[in-house]
Amino acid sequence: MLQIISLLLENKPGALMRVTGLLTARGFNIESLTVARTLDPELSRMSIVVDVEPHLRSQVIKQMNKLVNVLQATDLTDCPAVAREMVLLRVRSQIQTRTAILKEAEIFGARVVDNSTEGFALEATGDTEKLDEFIDIMRSYGEIEVTRSGVVAVSLEAKKLRLAPPVPTSGAREREEAAASTK
Amino acid sequence: MSGALILLECLVREGVDVIFGYPGGVTLPLYDAMYDHPIRHVLVRHEQNACFAAEGYARSTGRVGVCCATSGPGATNLITGLVDSLMDSIPVVAITGQVTSKLIGSDAFQEADTFGITRSCTKHNFLVKNVADLPQIVHEAFYLASSGRPGPVLVDIPKDIFQAQSHYKPVDEIHLPGYKIYADGHTGQIRRAAQMMWDAERPMVYAGGGIIHAEASAELQTLVETLDAPSVCTLMGLGAMPSNHPNFISMPGMHGSYAANMAITHADLLIALGVRFDDRVTGRLAAFAPHAKVIHLDIDPAEIGKNRTADLPIVGDCKRVLSKLNRILLEMRATEGPKNESARRAWWGQVRGWKDEHPLTPEISDTEIKPQHLISEIDRISGGEAIVTSDVGQHQMWSAQFVRFNHPRLWINSGGLGSMGFGLPAAIGAQFANPHKLVFSIVGDGGFQMSIPELATIANNGLPVKIVVMNNGYLGMVRQWQELFYNNRLSSVTLDGFPDAEKLAGAYGFKGRTIESPLELRSALEEMVAEPGPYLLNVKVSPFENVYPMVPAGGAINEMVLRNPQPVAASD
Repeated sequence: MLQIISLLLENKPGALMRVTGLLTARGFNIESLTVARTLDPELSRMSIVVDVEPHLRSQVIKQMNKLVNVLQATDLTDCPAVAREMVLLRVRSQIQTRTAILKEAEIFGARVVDNSTEGFALEATGDTEKLDEFIDIMRSYGEIEVTRSGVVAVSLEAKKLRLAPPVPTSGAREREEAAASTK
Repeated sequence: MSGALILLECLVREGVDVIFGYPGGVTLPLYDAMYDHPIRHVLVRHEQNACFAAEGYARSTGRVGVCCATSGPGATNLITGLVDSLMDSIPVVAITGQVTSKLIGSDAFQEADTFGITRSCTKHNFLVKNVADLPQIVHEAFYLASSGRPGPVLVDIPKDIFQAQSHYKPVDEIHLPGYKIYADGHTGQIRRAAQMMWDAERPMVYAGGGIIHAEASAELQTLVETLDAPSVCTLMGLGAMPSNHPNFISMPGMHGSYAANMAITHADLLIALGVRFDDRVTGRLAAFAPHAKVIHLDIDPAEIGKNRTADLPIVGDCKRVLSKLNRILLEMRATEGPKNESARRAWWGQVRGWKDEHPLTPEISDTEIKPQHLISEIDRISGGEAIVTSDVGQHQMWSAQFVRFNHPRLWINSGGLGSMGFGLPAAIGAQFANPHKLVFSIVGDGGFQMSIPELATIANNGLPVKIVVMNNGYLGMVRQWQELFYNNRLSSVTLDGFPDAEKLAGAYGFKGRTIESPLELRSALEEMVAEPGPYLLNVKVSPFENVYPMVPAGGAINEMVLRNPQPVAASD
């Protein structure tokens, strides 16, 4: 079953590898993964869609939360959340089908981002099922090429972010204790 | 200050007194700095053993063990040790050299992607890109290795970082916002747990390595005594309860005792403390403690519900949570008074009955040295006080069954990963950390031959490690399985050509001896212990002895095989 995970993680080298490695080490197949910076440039937001057996879902979240670079891992599968995807699609078209293609694109709310005598490049966003349909329909008009972004998701509820406070190094702790004992 | 000196300064601040390592091309600047530095460097003979020795140091003290290797082959040789520490949650910091920053990614000489390779072998790892980050990273590494659920952390340092000059500014604070430790335990859950314990009719304490990591054995004992519950300790938890404690049953699991496994099967409350319901303990999971509600206490939230659903989970540090539990239980004892007295008495009667029915008793023969006999003689000398290290296999299981441990951190073995060749280098680390303690390294003839090079380390440093090779001429545990489950087709398990122990030890400059008569056993062991230096005792034991009880793979733990199903004909 597909699980949608939203991760807030530190933008550090190797952080992506740790997340994907955790999934591959358990034999889970990643359906899609997107990652980009957040408002805080030191943090990234990652949306992952992964095929996980339902009883292992909470285990995956716990393991993600254990990663040192991960600040928060949330399972959005059954939570109030919006999950959307974008597709860029190039369709070759004959002169006689051009109008029909534009009509269909309009129905799906797609935008024309390139237009030539060869055909169109279209941009559409929506949930995965809707985009599947869009792609199917476009295929019926001729040869197409498709690039999908993978799912990006946002939770509709605010979830409190709990962070670990700073701790003294062991050397500093000993010095403090020594200072306290001499007082 | 050079990066190398900054690193050493940080290690001093972390209280490091010894590093187990092996130098190489890219760590030359570090080794040059170590040349006249107070931190002691112990030169091992293979990097894998550097990590095992660091584990021996860490397991016997609770402090972080440190090992060091060069780039490429040095780093890849550490891998087994890193995974070993990861599986058993042992605090180890590994420092590896890396090729000069500019050469990374160019397939340079002795380059390996250590950072990538060790991602899944460590709790966390670092690649240092800037000498200014070095102090922060080193202190973070020690903090990560030793806190929460401990584990190995690797710091990969390019050669130019060792050489770079920088102004050293001490780091006093670590901030890892994503690294959360829930140590205190949920107060309500703790209270509910105490009530469940007090109300149980057939409670059973199942304690593991987490008790030892948390230094919580005193709290565990108090809990067990307050509840007057029978208790078992897993392979990693042996020593958490003193072996001679009246409430201590023994080890559960695949080669656990009959009483331990039967008691778990019949308990109505399983109090799981610092354990992870490992498959070697549970056997067929669905049939493990089938009548019991489970209280599961662990510092690692991911362990809760991983294998067995907990009826009452508590995420927390064993020491802190157990002392809170004990306070509540003592209050309950005072206010509520004893509960279910007759049921509890009946439960103890049952447990004692199982103990009497099939006690763990060593096989002894007049004509050949039985391996169990050897172990119980070592136990007699140790009296529950010596450090004993082992590899993996039959000798490990017999040691776990027949050696008593009165304190934590005496029993040092490779549990989760089950690495052959662990025992000897681990004994080196343990002996360095405990110079005045008696250290036995009980190893099989297979594992011993994987770590023979370390005899040089032992000899060079005059470490008085007592090496006992339980020599049955086979890879005993593999042979046992071939015998029982593969029609006795003994495929590639015969270890012929074991060297003459006296000559072998003599070649390294210390004493060695081979014995095969049970009449010599006691005096040979005494001679070995009386020797002030290292000693290699090769004990030829009966070759076809098997470890029992045994739960066949996939079986429930109450479905134990208690002895050989049929006498096996010894092939000449």
